[in-house]
Amino acid sequence: MAMDILRFATAGSVDDGKSTLIGRLLYDSKAIFEDQLEAVERTSADRGEEYTNLALLTDGLRAEREQGITIDVAYRYFATPRRKFIIADTPGHIQYTRNMVTGASTADLAIILVDARKGILEQSRRHAFLATLLRVPHLVVAVNKMDLVGYEESVFQAIQDEFTAFAAKLDIGDLTFIPISALHGDNVVERSVNMPWYEGPSLLHHLEHVHIASDRNLIDVRFPVQYVIRPHKATDPELHDYRGYAGQVAGGVLKPGDEVVHLPSGLTTTITHIDGPNGPVQEAFPPMSVTLRLADDIDISRGDMIARPHNQPRVTQDLEAMVCWMTDVRKLTPRMKLLIKHTTRTARAMVKDVHYRLDINTLHRDEQADGLALNEIGRVSLRVTQPLFVDDYARNRLTGGFILIDEATNGTVGAGMIISSG
Amino acid sequence: MQRSDYLLSQLDVLEAESIHIIREVAAEFERPVLLFSGGKDSIVMLHLAKKAFWPAPIPFPVMHVDTGHNFPEVIEFRDRRVAELGVRLIVASVQESIDKGRVVEETGKWASRNRLQTTTLLDAIEEHRFDAAFGGARRDEEKARAKERVVSFRDDFGQWDPKNQRPELWNLYNTRIRQGEHVRVFPLSNWTELDVWDYIRREQLEIPSIYFAHTRRVFERDGMLLADSPYANRQEDEPVFEAMVRYRTVGDASCTGAIKSTATTLDEVIAEIAATRITERGQTRADDRTSEAAMEDRKKEGYF
Repeated sequence: MAMDILRFATAGSVDDGKSTLIGRLLYDSKAIFEDQLEAVERTSADRGEEYTNLALLTDGLRAEREQGITIDVAYRYFATPRRKFIIADTPGHIQYTRNMVTGASTADLAIILVDARKGILEQSRRHAFLATLLRVPHLVVAVNKMDLVGYEESVFQAIQDEFTAFAAKLDIGDLTFIPISALHGDNVVERSVNMPWYEGPSLLHHLEHVHIASDRNLIDVRFPVQYVIRPHKATDPELHDYRGYAGQVAGGVLKPGDEVVHLPSGLTTTITHIDGPNGPVQEAFPPMSVTLRLADDIDISRGDMIARPHNQPRVTQDLEAMVCWMTDVRKLTPRMKLLIKHTTRTARAMVKDVHYRLDINTLHRDEQADGLALNEIGRVSLRVTQPLFVDDYARNRLTGGFILIDEATNGTVGAGMIISSG
Repeated sequence: MQRSDYLLSQLDVLEAESIHIIREVAAEFERPVLLFSGGKDSIVMLHLAKKAFWPAPIPFPVMHVDTGHNFPEVIEFRDRRVAELGVRLIVASVQESIDKGRVVEETGKWASRNRLQTTTLLDAIEEHRFDAAFGGARRDEEKARAKERVVSFRDDFGQWDPKNQRPELWNLYNTRIRQGEHVRVFPLSNWTELDVWDYIRREQLEIPSIYFAHTRRVFERDGMLLADSPYANRQEDEPVFEAMVRYRTVGDASCTGAIKSTATTLDEVIAEIAATRITERGQTRADDRTSEAAMEDRKKEGYF
């Protein structure tokens, strides 16, 4: 069988061994090369560190090395014969929320690291909450530093119990606990001989086998039109009438012969051909990039949506969403005007109301909040200048997510997840 | 779900993502350009651009930043490939930048035109008023690149500010810029070196002959094998010898090293890369060996 891709995000702070874990996964899967390791060994030695600091492998920028911090999301790659892995490595401190939200937005799985000696901390809850908010389908709680608690089952069990009790308040799809020692490699790639009481898979085995194919929405057909392809080649009469609608399938399975509806017109037509990257295909599903040809000449342009007549997205100019604010230039406040980019459509939006700010540590809702500052998350109402074709984020991450852009700075200042009104 | 599959291979997923990025940029920018060096990554990128708009032609030109220190095989390949696709080729010449006094040729043993390319590139972007430049860089290449966005903003000096990057979520890319600013776009961000080679094999893409083992007159410098060419500033104590070599990356002939190899077919090349324990830049690019932050510094100035 061909390899597929698993994208996962790692959450944790410097001290709980996240970088060591990533370093170990990369090293044991031979994704770290000798020259990279030598550079890290050199730097470790220069700093007078007694062991090779695998964390240095993931510190990309000069300021990070100098200050010993991680500034931004870094992407790492490794592969086993079964899967290719893309790690979104997010830092534990500065602008943590913004970076984790970014990294989690595309993740199939999130690893939350917990230090076995310290147990569940406030930040573990925060990580779990953010992974849930971003609808990461699979969560792994890696209880690290088991070597420092004598590989005791009771320690692991207590953490698992506490986390499970807390997780009941969240809507977590799939939750797995694995006791590990990233430093010594216990249960990272191979099952550990030090924890015979643990009967589950190693972390890597879990990453290789976790079932992600059904995480995609294969039910609701959603095809945001991205680009209209019209060859206009006078020399080739075959192509003269070619008109294709290119885009990336955001949901459902499309087939030639299917009846579809175009939004915003509401007109229905039939798919005649689907052109994939290697020629015609008999079906298209997420995340394929394809070009649809339709039976009828409808005026279709970028930003429009193709769906099924009996399964359509909401067409609305009023959005209710959880918004994560990502800039310190200014706060998100009522009456603020922004650009919104949702699927392939960009429009203007005005903040109608900030209902509450969520304390992501306690999940307490502060309804007195007058806005959202950097790294704050809250429930917001927006009014958009033109209709968007939306689904609840919980149902489809691609038709339920949007970004907010500040027209004054052109910066990406917010990320939103649409929820049902009411 | 009637079927249990609906699975895509990793190459299919990467291909779909790259095509999405290329289309998004073509839709939202007025004057994109694709940087084409004739190297393997830009060959893959150009191939993806062809697929993204098929059966229509690629709706933007390609540009080669030409250091003048080329491998003739690569230039021959470049011209042929561009002609096949019917795209317009712009050549931005480092020699012209030197002649105009925009940059000064480096001197000495380590002289290279690699760094000078940045000025030539930025001048060409300004001259042609390009607002988006596709590059074939990958995040697995180098650690500064691991932190770069897919659509990466450049200010009106062409500079990259790594601490002030726009967050990228889902498949949504912020393409807003002001007059005079531009973005670099990296459709291959999530590809690894091996993915690129696997894709070249799957798509049966032609690549320049220097990627395969051949006999060449070389000399050794700092553990690298450099071609004995007029550009290399070979010193007295660097004897020339003949060796069976191939190139792992294609760059400026003065700073791109060859590796000893007997791999004459794509399968052999892939087997060799899968087994290698050294990164392509560490093994064959003198430009990245200067310091730990060499790439970061050049990127901030506006390098590819």
